[in-house]
Amino acid sequence: MLDNIKEFASEFFVTGDPLIYGADVSIGLAMIAIITVLTYFKKWGWLWREWLTTVDHKRVGIMYIIASILMLFRGGVDALLMRTQIALPDIQFLEAEHYNQIFTTHGVIMILFMAMPLMFGLFNIVVPLQIGARDVAYPFLNSLSFWMFFFGAMLFNMSFVIGGSPDAGWLSYAPLSELSHSPGVGQDFYIWGIQISGIGSLATGINFIVTILKMRAPGMKLMQMPMFSWSVLSSCVTIIFAFPILTVTLALLFLDRYLGAHFFTLDGGGNPMMYVNLIWMWGHPEVYIVVLPAFGIFSEVVATFSKKKLFGYKSMVFAMMIISVLSFFTWLHHFFTMGSGADVNAFFAITTMLIAIPTGVKIFNWLFTMFRGRITFTTPMLWTLAFIPCFVIGGMTGVLLSVAPADFQFHNSYFLIAHFHQVLIGGVAFGYFAGLSYWWPKMFGFKLNEKLGKWAFWLWNIGFYVCFMPQYFLGLDGMTRRVSEYSWDMGWGPLNLVSTIGGFLMGIGFLFQVWQIAHSIKFMERDTTGDPWNGRTLEWSIPSPAPLYNFATLPQVKDQDDWWEDKQRKQQGLPSLKTPQPIEPIHMPKNSAIPFIKSLCWFVAGFGFVFDWLFFAIPGMIGVLICMLVRSFSYDTDYYIPVDEVKRTEAALRGTN
Amino acid sequence: MASQQNHADAHGAHDGGHGSLKSYVIGFVLSIVLTIIPLVLVLNDIVEGTAAKVVLLVTAFLQFVVQLVFFMHLKEESKPRYNLMSLLLGVLLVLTIVIGSVWIMTYNKVG
Amino acid sequence: MQERKMRLSPREAAHTEVGHGGHSAGHHGHDEHHEHEHESLKTFGFWLFLMTDCILFASLFACYLVLHGNTNGGPTAEELFEMPGVIAETFILLTSSFTSGLAVLAMHKKNLKGLITWLAVTVLLGASFIYLEVDEFLKMVHEGATISTSAFLSSFFTLVGTHGLHVSLGLCWMIGLIFQLKRHGITPVTMRKVNVISLYWHFLDVVWIFVFTIVYMMGVM
Repeated sequence: MLDNIKEFASEFFVTGDPLIYGADVSIGLAMIAIITVLTYFKKWGWLWREWLTTVDHKRVGIMYIIASILMLFRGGVDALLMRTQIALPDIQFLEAEHYNQIFTTHGVIMILFMAMPLMFGLFNIVVPLQIGARDVAYPFLNSLSFWMFFFGAMLFNMSFVIGGSPDAGWLSYAPLSELSHSPGVGQDFYIWGIQISGIGSLATGINFIVTILKMRAPGMKLMQMPMFSWSVLSSCVTIIFAFPILTVTLALLFLDRYLGAHFFTLDGGGNPMMYVNLIWMWGHPEVYIVVLPAFGIFSEVVATFSKKKLFGYKSMVFAMMIISVLSFFTWLHHFFTMGSGADVNAFFAITTMLIAIPTGVKIFNWLFTMFRGRITFTTPMLWTLAFIPCFVIGGMTGVLLSVAPADFQFHNSYFLIAHFHQVLIGGVAFGYFAGLSYWWPKMFGFKLNEKLGKWAFWLWNIGFYVCFMPQYFLGLDGMTRRVSEYSWDMGWGPLNLVSTIGGFLMGIGFLFQVWQIAHSIKFMERDTTGDPWNGRTLEWSIPSPAPLYNFATLPQVKDQDDWWEDKQRKQQGLPSLKTPQPIEPIHMPKNSAIPFIKSLCWFVAGFGFVFDWLFFAIPGMIGVLICMLVRSFSYDTDYYIPVDEVKRTEAALRGTN
Repeated sequence: MASQQNHADAHGAHDGGHGSLKSYVIGFVLSIVLTIIPLVLVLNDIVEGTAAKVVLLVTAFLQFVVQLVFFMHLKEESKPRYNLMSLLLGVLLVLTIVIGSVWIMTYNKVG
Repeated sequence: MQERKMRLSPREAAHTEVGHGGHSAGHHGHDEHHEHEHESLKTFGFWLFLMTDCILFASLFACYLVLHGNTNGGPTAEELFEMPGVIAETFILLTSSFTSGLAVLAMHKKNLKGLITWLAVTVLLGASFIYLEVDEFLKMVHEGATISTSAFLSSFFTLVGTHGLHVSLGLCWMIGLIFQLKRHGITPVTMRKVNVISLYWHFLDVVWIFVFTIVYMMGVM
């Protein structure tokens, strides 16, 4: 009996690596610490009522952001472990197998569990406030999306200490990811972790399209909508058409592994190349999904800190919408080398180059917005300024890669690695960091410390170039991605060492960001104006943090940059264009525990499928169905906030003005 | 949330009209006819090869249109026609996925 | 929403139906408007969900079209498919799409009994569709044609099975809705739910047309 348990435990838990034991201990300690603190301060009820069951978009957004920062930490540690292993030739720091796991989890976590939730967090916090709405279209679904993401991410991360991590690369190409080549459970964690969180992403996409199209404040025409909301719309359009492909691809891989189907296997007539084709039909649009909102953030930041209207508003809108459609026509450029005919390669090379056109348009729009503007160099503006050259270089190397014959040389080399990190860090990460510091005061009612923010910015920015510029040359020297060891005579040592130093600089930059947040929570003054940056759009017209119902009376919109125009009129002593509205009872959704419980059931079911434990999987699925039924049969889901309560809240919030 | 109904274009959400018995009956009869045509033509080998494929796909597409117009009342949607726009984009991408995959994979056949 | 508001009389409900046209800002007190707009918001979201489902089926169709020739020495489409059953399934599903439309029609006439009856007919037709499909699948499995026989059969069972799963879920949902209609009657909320499920049902019919055409008809051609 005891032996059986021992044997089970040795397979169930990941053993043998001191790094992982260290992680086990720290995970255990962190959990004990959290439980102790919550119990000691009697905060369990508060946590449940105020956060776990909330349907308030602002709180959901904050939870997304907290989770994504934790994931950024994990993905970042993965990156530094990798950079340490290849800093110099012949280092014996990580075993090859462990290295494979780490580059796999680094990619998955950074894209799906860091960039996506950080993006959704900003969607949630900003979009309803920006368009003058009181919540998203489906607050219940919104909370469900978050918890699906959260439990999916937990399931994926669990593989680190239980069962073993996936190690077939971030897109898990078949046949390597098939049972024949990856018999362990790591690959199943990959499938279920991503599948569960993917359903959440899809729902978020639908939610925000409806919110933006149908819930704008009275008078706000589409062509007066703030640019960030436009970017969210274009990103969500891409989400709803791309994510189902991912769902199918992973489901088919699951059928291969679980039921012995032959979609992508080497035997039985399966075709592994179909997997590559399918996954990139999602994978390429995914890149645009994460970068489009960053473009929106830059547009807001540039306009605010140049004190000018965004240049070329219409062209920006068209550029974004064109990118979101065109992104579905370029997927093959990820596998030019697979051996499709010249006609196929030529078609996709051209579509890829076409995408550079709308992107170029945007760059000029931002530059012209700054032209003759009164620029203030705040942290969000610094991130934006650094983004422009970085993204231009990344875009140019992208155009180089899009030349199909040349791609045969660059394919899977460090040139490619440098290219996509340049657009993903320089574009996406810089953009979200800009957004985070720009909207931070709206979320919490105080600014982030500028001095520490600038330290973090410079460390990231310098670290980035030190890390990735050498990689272009390494790629041209023939270093391929995913190598875990190389010998002295390859001559890659010096550039790799430089690159690793750059990686650690970015790591220090992250520590500065954490310090910045901690420091600001403790020492920064409260912002009582609600408009600390002298902003242009509606979110700055209400107190920070926004009350539960956001707007006591719905704003009436007349202009693009309505809040700014309003302030200008006031300054010039002109009467406001708005007639004051009487406060009326506000219709709001009730909190619900179902999203949390349902996602937990998904987690249990996913865990059961990973280990093929039907005694977990079946109850989990039944739980999911029961949650759906309960929700369908409950008709009492909303309530009204009475007028005097709204008046009291407003008086308390605005009284300090 | 729900108190947001007063917008410039919130009314587009209304799912159009709801048809009449007549339109449902016409739709039903058309869809039956459009099913019988390919059955008769193809199973009795009246048309073969490419011609048969064309007949099959054209009748299937017409059925799709019949369902949209007579059953889903897409025509009666009020402006702005977001339902129609999303459908058109959806159809474009459906075709891209199917035709694109088949085109790419003709070069990568195994087995 | 308070219970009081949920039990609109048919006349009041009809009022909400026509009353969405020309109200200006500041009508927060008008719950019927609220409810109507709220529900139509949900219908639009469901339409978008159907678009995502189109993409899901498109991916499965793409797989089928790419892999259907890879029979791995196992049975081919021509050997396997028995058209009489499939033709019966097709006409049953077409008819159920029509009857779900009649249910919506009855609903707009505030005819609760007719609505429930037509929904029940639709459920029965849907259930017989599923019965025939399961029967067809079982026969195939009996002949040794399973999901793991060949890439062709993997993609066949997955595509057709996914459609069948959608229909089955729709059946459970419709049954649940019948109970809700009995309890709450025709209200803006239940009206939206009936509208949504009938959209879903027509959508599944459209998908089946393409399954029928591309998988079965082209398979035996």
